[in-house]
Amino acid sequence: MEKIMVAVKRVVDYNVRVRVKPDGSGVVTDGVKMSINPFDEIALEEALRIRERGDASEVIVVSIGSTECQQQLRTGLAMGADRAILVETSQAVEPLAAARVLLKLIEREGADLVILGKQAIDDDNSQTGQMLAALWERPQATFASAIEFAEGKATVTREVDAGLEVIEVDLPAVVTTDLRLNEPRYVKLPDIMKAKKKPLENIAIADLDVVIDPQFKVTNFAPPEQRQKGVMVEDVAGLVKALKDKGLV
Amino acid sequence: MSRILIVAEHDGSALNAATAKTVSCAADFGAEGVDVVVFAADGASVAEQAAKLAGVARVLRIDHTANAQPLAAVLAPQVAALAADYSHVLGPSTTFGKDLMPRVAALLGVGQLSDIMEVQSAYSFRRPIYAGNAVITVEAPEDRTLVATVRVASYAAAAEDGAAEIESRELAVALPEHTRFKEVRGGSSDRPDLQTAPRVVSGGRALGSSENFELIFSFADSIGAAVGASRAAVDAGYVPNELQVGQTGKIIAPELYIAVGISGAIQHLTGIKDAGTIVAINKDGEAPIFEVADIGLVGDLFKVIPELQSALN
Repeated sequence: MEKIMVAVKRVVDYNVRVRVKPDGSGVVTDGVKMSINPFDEIALEEALRIRERGDASEVIVVSIGSTECQQQLRTGLAMGADRAILVETSQAVEPLAAARVLLKLIEREGADLVILGKQAIDDDNSQTGQMLAALWERPQATFASAIEFAEGKATVTREVDAGLEVIEVDLPAVVTTDLRLNEPRYVKLPDIMKAKKKPLENIAIADLDVVIDPQFKVTNFAPPEQRQKGVMVEDVAGLVKALKDKGLV
Repeated sequence: MSRILIVAEHDGSALNAATAKTVSCAADFGAEGVDVVVFAADGASVAEQAAKLAGVARVLRIDHTANAQPLAAVLAPQVAALAADYSHVLGPSTTFGKDLMPRVAALLGVGQLSDIMEVQSAYSFRRPIYAGNAVITVEAPEDRTLVATVRVASYAAAAEDGAAEIESRELAVALPEHTRFKEVRGGSSDRPDLQTAPRVVSGGRALGSSENFELIFSFADSIGAAVGASRAAVDAGYVPNELQVGQTGKIIAPELYIAVGISGAIQHLTGIKDAGTIVAINKDGEAPIFEVADIGLVGDLFKVIPELQSALN
């Protein structure tokens, strides 16, 4: 196959304990470390491995968002992507709008395979890949833990509630990645230097002629309700008694 | 007034409990009618089970050989065709619903709302973001079909004292052939289902090996509980992924949850915060799991679990 496109989202780093602002207007993001969404990093790693074993010739990493997303795209280039595209906007982009933008990029660049993370760890929506596949009228293989290729087809193992489901899809297709697909590589310093010379194209979202209109309005952010700390028991006898007192055994 | 369509999840013979929980959520919309649609090769038995769910007005049965397996690419255009008669289309926030509902929404040209945990009105909802570290209130536009998934752990299953009518339908929709089901490899099915069991025993990395994890299986079996695991235990290869409890695994709400050798990473706690009673057994008294546990015991799990097992039997 020729080209693989990987979409990455800039999100609050997964090690950061996210806190809600006291006035309920959002979460605290000032001075917080930002990273590639971990599931998207797995998507990029998978694309690179497919290219490295000779099943694809080019990996394009793309993102949608503010100018700062260039940092995450540079990281993607340092991991090994051939080139990068940033669709720039200061607006919030809902999954449907993101899918529309990605479809425009597919039409422009061509892609035999698009890989995304199964969800972004900020909004936890888990929608963009499925929506893109629908708009593109192509197959989707979500929550992938293994991908194999043969003759214009991909066989994908999916992590579903019942266990592992295997489906076969014709290419081109959209794949979204689950945690166990691979372990992303660490970026080395020489690669960061090399990445500075790789092409990173900026496109204004307005130039793509896409309907962005946000549909949902978030009116409040609240911290989650906390469970109260319970009682400590000394031994198994105490535990059994506590369970009996609650009528649980 | 709202009219709600719920897409049933099932395995070909049994209706998944996630459907009954989605029906409970729909009851909070103040809707004029709630219908359930069953896509199957032969949906007779599943449709009958769905018809018993309290609050369901009508069950639509769409039998088609292509519907033998729940492929999102095949089901989505059929759901989208039915959506014209409804103001809301709901599915459970399981891997089935998460796979299908965004595809339905995109075909309808509308956004999708994920993981409804509370209905404030037919167009206002609360849902978790950032792995449960924040809860947002979201308003949806009333002039578009609302496609959404329901965080099933937030709802109890609807009662089974209903008697909805069942209507078989044929849909004139072109179905794609670009996606083909091969197989499902599941774990042992003679244990209670992790997602719906009233009792769950989970093991963490402290178990140390898959051999040692047998301790958890043995204890769980002795009290009729389902078995779960932390992400650390799954990543270490002690148990398969479908046992993973947490934000990136299964979000569950059993009456009794016993966490054994699990430290309590935030993403794990997100998956159990709706449990009735949480019991934590861990040798590290400082483990974060004790902050949320209703009953905590500091001790060596390899001594505590066999002792507990014999005390309870």
